[in-house]
Amino acid sequence: MVNDLMRAVMFLLALTMASPVLAEAEGDHGRNVFKKCKSCHQIGEGATDRVGPNLNGVVGRAAGAIEGFRYSKAMIAAAKDGLVWNSDTLDAYLTKPRDYMKGTRMSFSGLKDARDRSTVIAYLAEASTTAASNRDPDVAPEILTLEGDPDYGEYLSGECVTCHRSDGGDEGIPSITGWDNAAFVTALHAYKNKHRDHPVMQLATSRLNDEEIAGLAAFFAIQQQE
Amino acid sequence: MTKLDRRTFLAASAAGATALSAPMVMGAAHAKPRVVVVGGGAGGATAARYIAKDSKGAIDVTLIEPSRRYYTCFFSNLVIGDFVDFESTGHSYAALASEYGINVVHDMAIGVDRDAKSVTVASGMKFDYDRLILSPGIDFVSGSVNGWNLNDQDVMPHAYKGGTQAALLKAQIEAMPEGGTYVMVAPPNPYRCPPGPYERISMVAHKLKNENPTAKIIIADPKPKFSKMGLFTAGWEDHYAGMVEWLGPDFGGGNVTVDPGSMMVDIDGEEVKADVCNVIPAMKAGRIAEIAGVTNDKGWAPVNAADMSSKMDANIHVLGDSSQQGDMPKSGFSANSQAKVCAMAVRGALTGSKVFPAKFSNTCWSLIARDDGVKVGANYEATDEKIAKTDGFISQNGEDAATRKATYEESIGWYAGITSDMFG
Ligand SMILES: Cc1cc2nc3c(=O)[nH]c(=O)nc-3n(C[C@H](O)[C@H](O)[C@H](O)COP(=O)(O)OP(=O)(O)OC[C@H]3O[C@@H](n4cnc5c(N)ncnc54)[C@H](O)[C@@H]3O)c2cc1C
Repeated sequence: MVNDLMRAVMFLLALTMASPVLAEAEGDHGRNVFKKCKSCHQIGEGATDRVGPNLNGVVGRAAGAIEGFRYSKAMIAAAKDGLVWNSDTLDAYLTKPRDYMKGTRMSFSGLKDARDRSTVIAYLAEASTTAASNRDPDVAPEILTLEGDPDYGEYLSGECVTCHRSDGGDEGIPSITGWDNAAFVTALHAYKNKHRDHPVMQLATSRLNDEEIAGLAAFFAIQQQE
Repeated sequence: MTKLDRRTFLAASAAGATALSAPMVMGAAHAKPRVVVVGGGAGGATAARYIAKDSKGAIDVTLIEPSRRYYTCFFSNLVIGDFVDFESTGHSYAALASEYGINVVHDMAIGVDRDAKSVTVASGMKFDYDRLILSPGIDFVSGSVNGWNLNDQDVMPHAYKGGTQAALLKAQIEAMPEGGTYVMVAPPNPYRCPPGPYERISMVAHKLKNENPTAKIIIADPKPKFSKMGLFTAGWEDHYAGMVEWLGPDFGGGNVTVDPGSMMVDIDGEEVKADVCNVIPAMKAGRIAEIAGVTNDKGWAPVNAADMSSKMDANIHVLGDSSQQGDMPKSGFSANSQAKVCAMAVRGALTGSKVFPAKFSNTCWSLIARDDGVKVGANYEATDEKIAKTDGFISQNGEDAATRKATYEESIGWYAGITSDMFG
């Protein structure tokens, strides 16, 4: 465990010493790649579990180790077999998560580019200990606990499924089925309040009120991925 | 699923018929409300699927569509640019029939009797309806391009309807001589897919840059400006400098005569010898809308925004490109969005299910070059007068490469999403 962390740190150090300019560019690159992850994962001081588990200390951590997180059966089985996340296993997993671990709940198509993977893994090793970076703002508890009407959500979902496939497929556009309620509500409010910057999502959420967001969250939470 | 229910029901009623009286049971079966949908494209397939899915067998849905496979116009430009293969843009109606219990009839609707509320198809069969939904796409206005008529489409293709036209245009581009000339005659407003002709130009330029870099592209355009104009012209300058020449009306782009026999194109008195001539004529509603008598003098079908019902007949709804609804562009995304509003309204009217307020949206993605995608989108709401735009966005010039690439990848996700929303 310590070994892997050390390896990642040494790798960064080596880069810094060899060429400060390049090192900075690689760091920036890793942070940019992480943008793809951060709709589901938090990292840094105070990070909590969202759609995915928090990633503090993930490099060097045993798989499936966050207590109370609802992992897939596949992840639990891999953890039993002793899978540990290090730069090699993360590299393999992130290339194509569903190939590496059939049945993983992480609906992410993968990072084809080796540089994307190595820099984001370096970023994971580093960012665990730094201050939290632009995370979704918390939603007021009364909004978060609002009980949504899944039938209303089903009607409203017509607008979502033009792009987000109802069978949970995720080529180019993330899957939104089977999400945890709070994570869904927090994400939609982040678009609505323009903390997340995707224009289509900002537009779609701009006309959803709290009750409608709760309805959508309730509906999509009970949809199964195929 | 629904089909199974229906079979079970019939079996049960056959058993019941011995005990009770048969006519009563038959009467009950006929009391099911009937919806007939003409046209199995972005509007029609979506409407049929949502009505069947959400009414859970309470409504009989018939879908009339001549083709056994629907080739999407969306992504046909990407076929031309070699980003997507032609076969992958074809979709079957099998799941609509087997999983949703829709009665899919592969035939052409040729008549609508509004008093008797029935539709006749070419084979002579008749289908009665309580509500009729027309989503027949577009037809071309004959005589709108001097020298061209529909018989010339094999020589000077439009590639602006689904089917094999896009493949034909692509083959013609591949057969162009070195340094040859591609001419597009662009359509006047309104027409389907406002950025479509210009995404087409981008994809043709991309292909020619790889295969025939000294070739030239000329666009003769009757419009002084077009959708995403700033994004397209900057993109052409970036990727295909010197290859694309756009002639707006100030340069005679609206004064064009073509001669399919000699492949000569006269643009405001200047003769150009074309190796490929892509003629996109003026458009109007699909012909069956006119036959049904729901079109106006401009050739489009005016509708009420709240439920897409025809302003001329409350039992007919018109979706997608054929409709004249207000501010939405004629796109697959729009047709799909309108279809869901219409499906909800039709179910409400026929079965009393809950009707929520109408909301519409649209986003159109276009590809300018490899990994250089742009988009434009908006929200809409129903007013008494029309479908009215509320707010929107458009990609900006100078966005970084990662954003453009992500936009392109998103369009692939959208394609997978909308086609599964249409065909199940
Ligand atoms: C080159 C190009 C690129 C495009 N790109 C995009 C894009 O990126 N995004 C986007 O959203 N839109 C795009 N579009 C627009 C999109 O294809 C149309 O707006 C959309 O298909 C309209 O849906 P519709 O249901 O009105 O008609 P269609 O999808 O055309 O469906 C009409 C159907 O009706 C059938 N039909 C016609 N007459 C009859 C009859 N009498 N009886 C029975 N059936 C009949 C036809 O066979 C056809 O299948 C593009 C269009 C083109 C040409």
